[in-house]
Amino acid sequence: MARLIGGLGTSHIPAIGGAIHKGLQQEPYWKPFFDGFPPVRAWLSRVKPDVVVIFYNDHGLNFFLDKMPTFAVGAAEQYDNADEGWGIPTLPPFKGELDLSWHIINTVTEQDFDLVTCQEMLVDHACTLPLKLFWPEGECPVSVVPVCINTVQFPLPSAKRVYALGKAVGEAIHTWDSDKRVVVVASGGLSHQLDGERAGFINKEFDLKFINSLLTNPEWATQFSIHDLVEKTGTQGVELLMWLAMRAALTTNSANIRKVHGNYHIPISNTATGLLALEATAYSPVN
Amino acid sequence: MTQALPKIPGTTPFDGDQARKGYRLNKMCYSFNSAANRAEFLADEEAYMRKYGLNEQHKAAIRSRCVLDLIAAGGNAYYLAKFAGIFGLDMQDIGAQQTGLSKSEFQAKLRAAAN
Repeated sequence: MARLIGGLGTSHIPAIGGAIHKGLQQEPYWKPFFDGFPPVRAWLSRVKPDVVVIFYNDHGLNFFLDKMPTFAVGAAEQYDNADEGWGIPTLPPFKGELDLSWHIINTVTEQDFDLVTCQEMLVDHACTLPLKLFWPEGECPVSVVPVCINTVQFPLPSAKRVYALGKAVGEAIHTWDSDKRVVVVASGGLSHQLDGERAGFINKEFDLKFINSLLTNPEWATQFSIHDLVEKTGTQGVELLMWLAMRAALTTNSANIRKVHGNYHIPISNTATGLLALEATAYSPVN
Repeated sequence: MTQALPKIPGTTPFDGDQARKGYRLNKMCYSFNSAANRAEFLADEEAYMRKYGLNEQHKAAIRSRCVLDLIAAGGNAYYLAKFAGIFGLDMQDIGAQQTGLSKSEFQAKLRAAAN
């Protein structure tokens, strides 16, 4: 069976793509953000995952309001990035992992999740930038299963529901008949608000509690309604749902976790940025 | 039955009411993913807005470039960001405009959240 070896969480902000392209990683504004990544990359180069299942939210590249799925799973051979309107350089296509896509679709649907399946799917900065941050050099070495969670149009799925989805995806990974090594990735958050008079809202205290809960009490954030989360984290801070799904996936197969590395920095753009790498301790890397 | 939730100050969740109100406005902004469409808009804004069937509130908000007016007209932050991108505005420009601060004041406010 496949092995779920750990989880990663990172913020995604379009401007990160511009900073990578322009080589600004060591500029004072960007350095505290980018300097979080080398220890995570070192871990990744040690545990060598083959496949990434990434929980992210599309921002109006693949999905428009004409059809807005709550949960959508990619089942494509390849995922293309495309112009999102801001002139960020488009990244090369990412390889899909069709067998795992369909195994997740089949097993998660059996657990009463009603998924939208996508045999063609454009992936936006929320999917592409984490991969570029974790594997900055050359072609992306992992294949990808994108799992898109709606944070655009309310009603959004509850934190409790997203946690259950993450758990179901984790169980699907454990029952995938493959010798591949898989990591789950969360892309989003942490607290931020782009729109309205409350634009620029950041809640460091809540963010730090949330990150800590992922280590000590992963279900902690499921107590909050979406309305609570918007109030506490901002209209876009609700993207922490992705982190919850990632963490829930790691609760499966009685796995314990070990924190590999974390980082938290305010601000990039209007956002409190977070980074976290967790290793599933049941997994021993082969050196 | 949906219960009315307490209002979060300065915040307009993009719910069904907003989605209905702003559909055409958001559809136009979604079209700005394409460079050709961005150029077409810049060449003749009024014609482009007619093409997408914008109502008077949508059109006035687009002409004003005022993000709060665009939200009041049903605009969604993610699609509006594509409209702002046409003019080279970033999220901190947009944040400053909505909060009535200069960009440097808005940046200072963000940095202060780290303390």
